[in-house]
Amino acid sequence: MTFNIYDFTSFNQWIDKTLYDNLPSFWALIIEMTLIGVAFLLFYAVIGLFLVYAERKVCAFIQNRVGPNRVGPYGIFQTIADFIKLLMKEIIPINNADKFLFNLAPFIVIIASFMAIAAIPFGKGLHAIDFNIGIFYVMAVSSLGVVGILLAGWSSNNKYSLIGAMRSGAQIVSYELSVGLSMVTMVILAGSMQLSEIVEAQRNGWFIFTGHIPAFIAFVIFLIASTAETNRGPFDLAEAESELTAGFHTEYSGIKFAFFFLAEYMNMFIVASIAATIFWGGWMPLHIGGWVGFNHAMDFIPPFFWYMGKTLIVIFLMMWFKWTFPRLRIDQLLKLEWKYLLPINLFNIILMALVVLMGWHF
Amino acid sequence: MSNLTNKSNIVSNKKMSIWEKMYLPAVVKGMYITFSHLFKKKVTLQYPEQTKPFAEIYRGKHVLKRDDVGRERCTACGLCALACPAEAITMIAAEKKNGEEHLYREEKYAATYEINMLRCIFCGLCEEACPKEAIFLTKEIVPSNFERQDFIYGKDELVETMDNRIDISKRQSAEVLEFKKNKNFKHNK
Repeated sequence: MTFNIYDFTSFNQWIDKTLYDNLPSFWALIIEMTLIGVAFLLFYAVIGLFLVYAERKVCAFIQNRVGPNRVGPYGIFQTIADFIKLLMKEIIPINNADKFLFNLAPFIVIIASFMAIAAIPFGKGLHAIDFNIGIFYVMAVSSLGVVGILLAGWSSNNKYSLIGAMRSGAQIVSYELSVGLSMVTMVILAGSMQLSEIVEAQRNGWFIFTGHIPAFIAFVIFLIASTAETNRGPFDLAEAESELTAGFHTEYSGIKFAFFFLAEYMNMFIVASIAATIFWGGWMPLHIGGWVGFNHAMDFIPPFFWYMGKTLIVIFLMMWFKWTFPRLRIDQLLKLEWKYLLPINLFNIILMALVVLMGWHF
Repeated sequence: MSNLTNKSNIVSNKKMSIWEKMYLPAVVKGMYITFSHLFKKKVTLQYPEQTKPFAEIYRGKHVLKRDDVGRERCTACGLCALACPAEAITMIAAEKKNGEEHLYREEKYAATYEINMLRCIFCGLCEEACPKEAIFLTKEIVPSNFERQDFIYGKDELVETMDNRIDISKRQSAEVLEFKKNKNFKHNK
């Protein structure tokens, strides 16, 4: 066994082999699943805490403030302190709520984001499930979250929650189209829906460069639509705090609120990962076709850091949007999708198909 | 009518051009503005460690002054209470007895002098009304408290001590300072 930070394939195979050699196959499978589950839980918690901190810092800097700076150096333990507080808070029972659905909703939201993260390639061989329809799976699973939001709004028995949830439903149903179609544009270029193959296809240049104009249009549309799909500002109508107190999670408190909060940030992380994977090459280092020395130099940075760097840049972009633009009205939101993004997207698919057919890409 | 500033913007409902309708230039401009804010100087004041400097003529908690030899200047004439728009000041006058010459400057003095800090609006009219230059507003702020009763400040909190005199010269106008130099007036002796 050789542990190699550049390629996790042999390491994973070694774990797999040792477990299956020494244990009955049933137990080996159980242990493997537990290992992956624990790893994802840890990753989930760390990323969630970090993103909340990052959001507060970015927001503060954009508003000429310094942000959290009391708990630990530069306030890095602020979110940990906040989550300890949230865990200790009382969970207020709602008398006229539909108890079962009310308690189920946060778990649906968090499970949806948890399932989506499984299909994302973090590095070479660092991949929980490599479906041959990876992109399709991520799209399907990540849109399950809206069921949880709708349930939360409906079962809370509160008009703010209901309005927030209905808005969120309308929003996700429309923007799911744009996200899907911009992914389809890139699938046409990649010629595969398997995420590992999509990354591999970007060995000689990331799709945003090789696919030039249509890829760039698709990226912009994906960024807008995925921001809307994760219910983040300027499309955060579902929780518009100035009109709906807190929208669909008005009635939630304590740990259940923390679940919604975490899921929002994880969804942001997931769409940023997808954007990084299909447009910016995922874990693939910056390669320029033909420049052997340059490509070698870039290979020295481990793929995981490439992946995280790109994802964090996309996340920063989304935060930058949120703290720049005012919230849209619901009619403006739907108009933007159905009258502009969707036609542009359909046209863009034809353009991309033409580019691929004629071999105009790099 | 002429403009007071050059900041006003005349609103027009003119048709937007195609370029403007795309909103992209406006979006890019907005993003550029927020990005430039990342590198701007932060406006935050780290409060408990840093404090904002007060203005020299800040109107805060009152002080009842003593004169140079430590006698209370207040003569309990009641003009401050009369001038007070919030009716925050009450006092009870008493006559100076023999042997109390080192304590009180005038024939009459305030036996009790109370200011209700919850009523006070810190306008400074008491200080303007005072003929004896006895009451002044200082840079100190009135601290918070749990009981309403504790906001009624008596003489123990208002009269300055001789080892910790409060400089109020900034709150006196140039004319007053000039007047005080003139020793022909009995008041200034």
